[in-house]
Amino acid sequence: MARISRELTSLPKAPTGIEGFDEITFGGLPQGRPTLVCGGAGCGKTLFGIEFLVRGATKFGEPGVCVTFEESADDLIKNVASLGFDLNRLQRAKKLLIDCVYIERNQIEETGEYDLEGLFIRLASAIDSIGARRVLLDTPEALFAGLSNMGILRSEMRRLFAWLKQKGVTAVITGERGEGMLTRHGLEEYVSDCVILLDQRVQDDAVTRRLRVLKYRGSTHGTNEYPFLIDRKGISVLPVTSIGLNHKASGQRIASGVAELDAMLGGKGYFRGSSVLVTGTAGTGKTSLAAHFTEAACRRGERAIYFAFEESPEQIARNMRSIGIELSKWIRKGLLHIEAVRPSSFGMEMHLVRMHAMLHEHNPDVVVMDPISAMIPSGSLHEVGSLVLRIVDFIKARGATGFFTAVTADGDLASTDLSISSLVDTWLLLQNVESNGERNRVMYVLKSRGMAHSNQIREFMLTNRGVKLRPVYLGSGGVLTGSARVAREAEDRREEIARRRDERKRELSLRASMAAVNAKLAALELERNRYKRELEAVAEEGSAQQKAVLSDQDELRASRGIAVNGRVKEQEPNGPKGVS
Amino acid sequence: MKPAKSKKSVKPANVKPAKAKDYDLRLYVAGQTPRSLQALSNLKRICEEHLAGHYRIEIIDLLQKPQLAAGDQILAIPTLVRSIPKPLRKIIGDLSNTQRVLIGLDVQPVE
Repeated sequence: MARISRELTSLPKAPTGIEGFDEITFGGLPQGRPTLVCGGAGCGKTLFGIEFLVRGATKFGEPGVCVTFEESADDLIKNVASLGFDLNRLQRAKKLLIDCVYIERNQIEETGEYDLEGLFIRLASAIDSIGARRVLLDTPEALFAGLSNMGILRSEMRRLFAWLKQKGVTAVITGERGEGMLTRHGLEEYVSDCVILLDQRVQDDAVTRRLRVLKYRGSTHGTNEYPFLIDRKGISVLPVTSIGLNHKASGQRIASGVAELDAMLGGKGYFRGSSVLVTGTAGTGKTSLAAHFTEAACRRGERAIYFAFEESPEQIARNMRSIGIELSKWIRKGLLHIEAVRPSSFGMEMHLVRMHAMLHEHNPDVVVMDPISAMIPSGSLHEVGSLVLRIVDFIKARGATGFFTAVTADGDLASTDLSISSLVDTWLLLQNVESNGERNRVMYVLKSRGMAHSNQIREFMLTNRGVKLRPVYLGSGGVLTGSARVAREAEDRREEIARRRDERKRELSLRASMAAVNAKLAALELERNRYKRELEAVAEEGSAQQKAVLSDQDELRASRGIAVNGRVKEQEPNGPKGVS
Repeated sequence: MKPAKSKKSVKPANVKPAKAKDYDLRLYVAGQTPRSLQALSNLKRICEEHLAGHYRIEIIDLLQKPQLAAGDQILAIPTLVRSIPKPLRKIIGDLSNTQRVLIGLDVQPVE
């Protein structure tokens, strides 16, 4: 529930309990004063008044009196039953009292002076009997039809409203729109504290209901026209959505449902509470991405609403089943609600109010609109743009993550008609690539605020296990996708195999050469060793010979008595004796 | 002049038993205002003149019995209701315009 600001006014107000209305008026209707609700036939004036009484009785503990001048009590009760209001029960509980005032013109003869004290007495009795704080008069203009003395009527009208004020009840008076005047008989003269104007317009074959606070003495109020709708829960007015750009920004990241896409988005996925746009020409797979995202949310136990503008829920479920996404189980669990509606069924405001009401009722964490561009034929670009802006705003204000798809024309892919692209935080672009007689899809992240994202183009494939993203092949001829890529990859593999084979071959041959060289080396080594040994042998022989020569010389010397090794040996007297 | 309090019946001296031609009249007032008193006196005068002996007047003070106002759909004060003969006719005002009262009551004026 939006906060109701009371700082600006000191006027006490009676909350109506009507969805959105208390926000526009910063609290409700002026307490203890009469309010005029006027509009053409069928605008919802009576329903407004009845809802005011019913909510007063059920939500705010204020019983109410309904004085109807035109319908019978039974008709009234039947008419509002479709809004879920059980007037019989309220009457039994003494929270509501219905009094019907009839004036049959042909029954009445006016003879002389009179006043309407009878009406006052009835009103007073009704109010006092249940302690009512709220009153609905629907519509006192019937008095003007039944009685002919204008002078008396006017003065009694004035007296009536003064009497109501004095009684302290908050009153709603209805009046039918007149020519050039707010009401047929000028009730606005007497009820001047607060005037609400209801309007019903047919625009482009669609009916739009609008509400405007024409006047509110003593209080600030929203002055625009606010669209509203009437459905089985009563009246819902769409207040101005978030006056300022003051959304909270979450730092949490949530999965997109496609692992490779998460990888492209900084590894973690979208920001919670952000808005995501997927654009592409027809048939590129936007709905599939939306379905992945929805499924991922439901898997986390979060609630999702899927607004579908072109397909029925069953069709979507069937189509997504073919790529392995089972949505119907989440619908059964109550986490997913698919709301399918043709854009031409309602005017733009009605769409907005319906969505607003549904978001309020279902309270989703994820909102999908597929495709948002389907709205364009049923409204002007400006209107649809304004609708989108408000929806995006509204979704963000609730902290939900918005996911929008849009169909773009073939030629101009990076711009959308709606200029929504500047509103969203993440923009994924799906593109068709034609080559080699076939069309393939590629995807890239055009922007994603607040995170590092990949700038790579990926091939986007719909398999029976969901969306798969694969890196594209960037060859000399450019980007290759699809069968061209497959062919190229096969060729690459073959080339790789061939290369490896060559490599091995070369390796083998080199090894063989090396082995040969090694063998040669071994042989040479042997030879070298032989020479070495020979050298050694020669050296050995040489030294042995030298030793022998020396020893022979020594012996000779010895035998001749010459010094051996420099020493003089003493000669024996008997001369040398044999050789020892 | 009889005070206009709770339900009271006023019958003239020479009353005849109620027949088809008799008039059942109810005058709704809200307290003893000059206008109510005026209406009552006018009513009596008219009845004496034109309905001699064939009428019955009942005075209902809504200040005493406010709940009766809804039953007969009384808005204006004073209101004179002719309940018999049917159909129901209502005449509002202080009944100063005799012609209109007679037309409203659907009574042939006695010349």
